[in-house]
Amino acid sequence: MTWLAAIVNFTPLLGFLIAILWGKRLGEPKAAIAPVAALGVSFAASVALFVRILLGHGGDFSFTWFAVGGYELHVGFQLDRFGGLMALVVTTVSFMIHIYSTGYMHGDKLYGRYFAYLNLFSAAMLGLVLANNYLQAFIFWELVGLTSYLLIGFWFEKPEAANAGMKAFITTRLGDVGLLIGILLVFTVTGTFHFGTLFGLLEHGALAPALVVAAALLVFAGAVGKSAQLPLHVWLPDAMEGPTPVSALIHAATMVAAGVYLVARSFPLFVAASAASEVVAYVGAATALMAATIAVVQVDIKRVLAYSTISQLGYMMLALGCGSQTAGIFHLYTHAFFKALLFLGAGAVIHACHTNDMREMGGLGRRMKGTAITFVVAALALAGIPPLSGFFSKDEILVAVVDHGGWFLAFAAFFTVFLTAFYMFRAIFLTFGGDAKEKAAGAHEAPWKMLGPMVFLCLLAVVAGWVGIPGVGPGFAEIAGFHVHGEHHGFNFGAAGASLALALGGIALAWALYHLKVYPVAKIYKRFRPIAFVLERKYFFDDVYGFLFVKGTVAFARAWGIFDNYVVDGAVNGSAWLTVMWAKFKGWFDLAVVDGLVNFAGWITQGFGKVFRRIQTGYVQEYLLVLACGVVAILIAVLIMI
Amino acid sequence: MAFPILTVTVFTPVVGMIVILLLPERWVNGIRAISVIFTAIALAFSIWALAQFDPNITGAMQFEEFYRWIPSVDVFYHLGVDGLSMPLIILTTLLSFLAAIASFSIKERVKEYFALYLLLEAGMLGVFVALDLFLFYVFWEVMLVPMYFLIGIWGGEKREYAAIKFFLYTLLGSVIMLLGILALYFTSDPHTFDMVELMRQQGTFLRTFQIVVFLAFYVGFAIKVPVFPFHTWLPDAHVEAPTAISVLLAGVLLKMGGYGLLRVSYPILAQGAHWFAWPLAILGVINIVYGSLVAMAQKDLKKLIAYSSVGHMGFVLLGAAAMTPTGLNGAMMQMINHGVITGALFLLVGVLYDRAHTREIAAFSGLAVRVPVYVGIMSFTMFASLGLPGLSGFVSEFLALVGSFPVFPVLVIISGLGIVITAAYFLWTIRRMFLGKLNERWATLPDMTFRELVTVVPLMILMVLIGVYPSILIKLMNPAMTELSRLMTALK
Repeated sequence: MTWLAAIVNFTPLLGFLIAILWGKRLGEPKAAIAPVAALGVSFAASVALFVRILLGHGGDFSFTWFAVGGYELHVGFQLDRFGGLMALVVTTVSFMIHIYSTGYMHGDKLYGRYFAYLNLFSAAMLGLVLANNYLQAFIFWELVGLTSYLLIGFWFEKPEAANAGMKAFITTRLGDVGLLIGILLVFTVTGTFHFGTLFGLLEHGALAPALVVAAALLVFAGAVGKSAQLPLHVWLPDAMEGPTPVSALIHAATMVAAGVYLVARSFPLFVAASAASEVVAYVGAATALMAATIAVVQVDIKRVLAYSTISQLGYMMLALGCGSQTAGIFHLYTHAFFKALLFLGAGAVIHACHTNDMREMGGLGRRMKGTAITFVVAALALAGIPPLSGFFSKDEILVAVVDHGGWFLAFAAFFTVFLTAFYMFRAIFLTFGGDAKEKAAGAHEAPWKMLGPMVFLCLLAVVAGWVGIPGVGPGFAEIAGFHVHGEHHGFNFGAAGASLALALGGIALAWALYHLKVYPVAKIYKRFRPIAFVLERKYFFDDVYGFLFVKGTVAFARAWGIFDNYVVDGAVNGSAWLTVMWAKFKGWFDLAVVDGLVNFAGWITQGFGKVFRRIQTGYVQEYLLVLACGVVAILIAVLIMI
Repeated sequence: MAFPILTVTVFTPVVGMIVILLLPERWVNGIRAISVIFTAIALAFSIWALAQFDPNITGAMQFEEFYRWIPSVDVFYHLGVDGLSMPLIILTTLLSFLAAIASFSIKERVKEYFALYLLLEAGMLGVFVALDLFLFYVFWEVMLVPMYFLIGIWGGEKREYAAIKFFLYTLLGSVIMLLGILALYFTSDPHTFDMVELMRQQGTFLRTFQIVVFLAFYVGFAIKVPVFPFHTWLPDAHVEAPTAISVLLAGVLLKMGGYGLLRVSYPILAQGAHWFAWPLAILGVINIVYGSLVAMAQKDLKKLIAYSSVGHMGFVLLGAAAMTPTGLNGAMMQMINHGVITGALFLLVGVLYDRAHTREIAAFSGLAVRVPVYVGIMSFTMFASLGLPGLSGFVSEFLALVGSFPVFPVLVIISGLGIVITAAYFLWTIRRMFLGKLNERWATLPDMTFRELVTVVPLMILMVLIGVYPSILIKLMNPAMTELSRLMTALK
């Protein structure tokens, strides 16, 4: 089994190496062959892998990575239904997007490098979902962050793209540090990174409740960054600067769902820490509602989808927080297909119109029939219209929320259904409906390389949810291998009816305002100016963060830089200066006082010398005279004394 | 008698130096070639030693050489290696070899340059193999002199200021260290400079004595690491030093502080080390957070990397202060990884400076369009430096954190701040220099040459290799570090 998992995980790495080393020399279209083929192999292998897991050949496989201190660190694959299913979703969407990209990236001067990055991403993402321990998951978690950075900033000559990549990496890294500390905490207490071992300890109640809550919240911090939840959601809308297929794969279907995946993977941790689960639920609900309201006023088609993604990720978190692993992951799985499809549709539209602004589009429904149809199907799936996939997964979420209780959670969940339907159909009417604006006039349908994957994903967007049809499908929990004791399951007609009514209401309102134009939208904007302003400024998150964290951190760093230069180094230079001054003083002292004394002594001696020199005349007769005088003087003295 | 592999390794560069001194000055290419050949021979000898080295022998030195040197004061020529010094020796010979190739860009007074360069290599190697404190001190000082001239003669504009600052600062530290050495000598009974013997006697040293002597050694080592607030010589020395010398400065010289701490202070002055564990850990975290904040404020690329070193060495202190096997392994590994990664970063800064004659970050933009290979390699190395998993820096930072979390949980959490800031300043640098529109001033900038690639690619391979399969490095040091940790616990 491990060899199969290894093929799934590492074939894209091979594609990456080939494309990064020889991509430029091979040129378009040859540079894409190895990467696309690698994903094809990986996809086929993941199908085989999932089938084998369903047949009961799964398991948990560990290998020693390295030994340090007294223990060993392991790497390995957890080949259960959940991981297998995630790998299948990732390779399916990724393979489709590789094919689509061969058309979309046509003519790009960094064609080969694009596919190299896309391969590297796939390898990292697969490594994450197949990992059997936190350390390995963290390693791949960071690597998907790297590829996300590289791909958001792929068109790096555009300042917005370059900034967006940087913003994404740094914002998510804030959450990642939380995750890292969580992992350290868990390891310090339990001595293991391994999911299975750790959850086994949890079941036996071997861990202190406060510790479990702290660990769960720290893991969630990582998920908040990666899955763009409040308050770290700000990077995802900007990430739309990347090529659209990248947005579809990384920033809609797979990587951003990694946070949801990790919370679901750590589910026993959250089950044991109900306080942490509550936090997850409320953060998810607030995110879902906040993002959906912003999506309503966006004019850039990709940004509508980006906020929609944030909102839906919030939805998944809400489900997990309400205790339903099944609902959260079921929605992750259906969302991957229809949201990827929506982005690919948006990509086809942008490719045709050379603009992202929906106000410059219009009337594309007639010119791009295939795109329009698949886009509408995906939008209906997202809105939760039966029998499309989103209907079933959304229903499970709503049931979980209702069962869990809490008026805010329920309000957010249901109102978001309405908003979702409204903003999606607003986008559809603006883009595909009405008359063609200037930029849409020359638009034509996308080539088959692009349309083919869209049709395939459209098919999945329709049928993927059918595993949840009551009495027909086996139920998603069964497929994903979740243990459902305590969790409520099945289909609930009340919730389904209510959500269907709300979704239809949203669609009807969009139809009335943007197709029939029963009331001018501009007037509504004018009347509710303050609200519209708040929404257009995205609740001021970017403004506040830009001031507080970006400018604040830089200013803070500069202040410390000045401190270092003037205070710390100033002390060094100052002490050197003092030493020099001291030396100079000693020099003066030496010269003036010490040497002065010496000189003084010399001067005195000299003075005496000058005086006594006079008697040294050199004439013998004078000496004799002095001698005679002396003798006489002595004689006189002697005589007197006697 | 066994082949004296350590002596041969240490003195190979000295032989090279003598050969170069005998050559005529105008024979520039010959001097370069001979220097590279001698650094390569030293590298080969060290690898040969590595091949025979058995990491699982703990509590005893390998390839020991032991001769009377100055019998009247019991000074011995005592060499030997263990899991602590072996990786550092390889790091030294490898970086010396690569930096010698990078030194081809030196055009003036080539003969003197390479002669001093080889003497420097010998001094550095000597520090890592000496087991006699007197000998250790001699090598420590031997290395200082060529460094002074290499910065002072071949450096940038403010080279004299930087060289004097470096020399005096280090000398101050080593003089205080010398006092510590003498204190140990006169306290030991029988008097000895021998590290192994001093370790054996360490039980007889009073706690207060240990603390005082520990602090004396600490000043010497902390200046080298450098630990806040003794770090300000580093940015000046780095900015002014020629490329190859910056590489050795960051790659090897900074390691001597950490090495001295683990080789001398820990096993000989264990009680002093325990007494100083908390301050050391706090200083480590200050290094991490403060170093990265100040790095963010820098406008000169080389200075930015110099301050990033301050941050990275903080992990060494943190891991060492924890004294757990994992923490010590992390600290040790971080030293090697920092040498490899930051060595590569300085080589790459040199590549750019040789072409552009400026290192000011604001002077560049959009280089990725013009020099994609350079930008790719530089970004790769920066990601290694900011601790991206899959590359070597992550493993050692992670081990240092894992190892110190049980002892200093709050400090580890605070150091998380440094991790974010490090990512921020490196990405911000990439954003400003490499991305965006190309500054037309650099429209004709040539990409990396083959020679430059030769100097950097081996280091990149090491980054991946150690990042993916840390065993190749951990295996060498783990038994020694585990033993050291056991010893430290026993001597508490």
